[in-house]
Amino acid sequence: MTNAVPLYVARETAARSVGVEEVLQRILEVGKERGISFDVIRTGGRGLHWAEPLVEVGAARIAYGPLEVTDVEGLFDAEFARGGDHATRLGSLNDHAWLKGQTRLVFERMGLGCATDLEAFRSLGGFGGWERACDLGPDEVLDELDASNLRGRGGAGFPAAIKWRTVKEAQADEKFIVCNADEGDAGTFSDRLLMEGDPFCLIEGMMIAARVVGAARGYIYLRSEYPLAKEILSEALEAVRQDGLLGPHFDIELRIGAGSYVCGEETAMLESLEGKRGEVRAKPPLPAHAGLFGKPTLVNNVITLASIPWIVARGGKAWAEFGHGRSRGTLPVQLGGNVKRGGLVEVPFGMTLRELVYDFGGGTLSGRPVRAIQIGGPLGTFLPENALDVPLDYEALAELGGSVGHGGVIVFDDTVDMARQARFAFDFCARESCGKCTPCRIGSVRGVEVMDKIIAGDDVNENIALIEDLCETMKEGSLCAMGGLTPQPVLAALKDFPKDFHGGFGS
Amino acid sequence: MTVWPKWDAAVARDLVVPHSNIPGGLLPALHGMQEHFGCVAQGAIDLAADVFNLSRAEVYGVVNFYDDFRKTPPEMPVLKICMAEACQAVGAEGLKRHAVDLAGGRMEIEDVFCLGNCACGPSVMAGSSVYGRVSPERLDTLVGLLEGGGE
Ligand SMILES: Cc1cc2nc3c(=O)[nH]c(=O)nc-3n(C[C@H](O)[C@H](O)[C@H](O)COP(=O)(O)O)c2cc1C
Ligand code: FES
Repeated sequence: MTNAVPLYVARETAARSVGVEEVLQRILEVGKERGISFDVIRTGGRGLHWAEPLVEVGAARIAYGPLEVTDVEGLFDAEFARGGDHATRLGSLNDHAWLKGQTRLVFERMGLGCATDLEAFRSLGGFGGWERACDLGPDEVLDELDASNLRGRGGAGFPAAIKWRTVKEAQADEKFIVCNADEGDAGTFSDRLLMEGDPFCLIEGMMIAARVVGAARGYIYLRSEYPLAKEILSEALEAVRQDGLLGPHFDIELRIGAGSYVCGEETAMLESLEGKRGEVRAKPPLPAHAGLFGKPTLVNNVITLASIPWIVARGGKAWAEFGHGRSRGTLPVQLGGNVKRGGLVEVPFGMTLRELVYDFGGGTLSGRPVRAIQIGGPLGTFLPENALDVPLDYEALAELGGSVGHGGVIVFDDTVDMARQARFAFDFCARESCGKCTPCRIGSVRGVEVMDKIIAGDDVNENIALIEDLCETMKEGSLCAMGGLTPQPVLAALKDFPKDFHGGFGS
Repeated sequence: MTVWPKWDAAVARDLVVPHSNIPGGLLPALHGMQEHFGCVAQGAIDLAADVFNLSRAEVYGVVNFYDDFRKTPPEMPVLKICMAEACQAVGAEGLKRHAVDLAGGRMEIEDVFCLGNCACGPSVMAGSSVYGRVSPERLDTLVGLLEGGGE
């Protein structure tokens, strides 16, 4: 295989969903006919979902995409194996503006090597954080975490160092760490991309966490909608076990969810891990004091844990040099919905949503004007186009009533009916409520009914007042953020798009 | 289209027992049975209650809570259509209407909420495969493939 041409192809859900396997198959077939052999390297996805199916060819890794099976003959005619010119040629991705404009720290290795090859991981700097964590003591690792100001990426933005310290200081015969890989928010896929494309990075983060807090057992709670991530994580965990870094001293069990959004809420997740209905627990006690099976438990999101190796290897100060205000480091933003160039955009906090939506995203896919965006998932908020100058920043978004959440940004064009979006917010809550508290369980169902009346044009003003009351009750009285934050997108839609609630949309 | 095996208590027991001594093993046990039999029916609930030393009502409560667990195996190919916000923004509702018109009686069409493929929507899932940028034409092809036993 000495003269085989390197061919880098993602083993990743989004790439597959638009046909990368078929394109690869066709390339190998035509290659055979034409006497060109390839050395296929299955990498993580580089996050350029707009350019998938995408392949990178040769030592210079010249990229071509988006490709169709019918493009393949033409690629060979254009001598793509030598980097030849073609309508789909994107050049070297490292020089491509879409990636060059990003600051990839958590995703620094993404797409560079084979995702399940431990040697490739090591040669790209993998386990650097783990090695430094072993040199430093747990307290020094916590100092780095303090200096980084890392906040949880699962949604609530809670400082990671405080949570870690609480679990570390808790006295118990047994402690656990749980990685929240339930990634239920619509418009989010950074956890999936990381787990499929750099699973060892997550495992390294969990190894460091376990060492610092003193846990001998870890769990990854993965949603069932991610079968490829399950396959890749299983391979990666086995490889690390073979290597001896996971074993009786600390091991990680992969658990699969069963289609429940609320199981992403940390206490519902713990119930589910215990084999029960995924019902939210009252807090206190905090999971850090009494979590899984009543033991002190560190629960962190995938991206939080995957940020740890970088922070420990390079130092918390280096991380905190990026960012804005009290939001330090980078955020892997997921651009989706009606957007021309969607995918994973890791940038320092402080970038405006306008830059994200237009400079990276290129505006809408439909070519129509942007009307609204949703940020932070179903428990986040809607913003109108004229609010896009807000910087990506926990506090700045909180001032608008919203949140960074898990970093999903969904773009809508001017055909979106915001009254229907408000109805959907209640409907989703009604479907997914765990049922334990009344404001969430009943309030959401009432919300759908009242929104139906508003949409039908019945007593609109009275019904809007009812919605506002209902939102207040849900906010104040719900046990967790499911019922507590569902009102936020509803109220945002009401405030910024009042016409849609007054029969204005269709007319 | 997968043909699901008939309920067999001995086979099921072998699937469940390995999970019975791991903490919180009920969910993996239920998943194991559903993967094999295509559902978690009454026999599966009784068996899990027995092995895990729980009441049947408790196991039933768990099975009922999670959308993934089915009471009967699918009789038709299952097509899950993402109806979450990012897919709505690129026409998921229209796609679903098209799917129901096209294949309503021949396929089980279900809603799902986000497949993590939000930059390549509308997205659908069949078996363990996700399909993106699903235009009505692409859906026609996919339905043909599924009915031909392609999944
Ligand atoms: C309804 C609901 C769903 C949630 N879903 C997720 C999720 O899918 N993934 C996640 O990491 N956090 C989710 N969270 C937040 C978790 O409760 C918790 O704050 C988080 O896992 C803590 O990790 P972090 O500090 O690293 O962010 C959800 C919260 C609520 C209220
Ligand atoms: S919203 Fe449909 S895949 Fe995420």
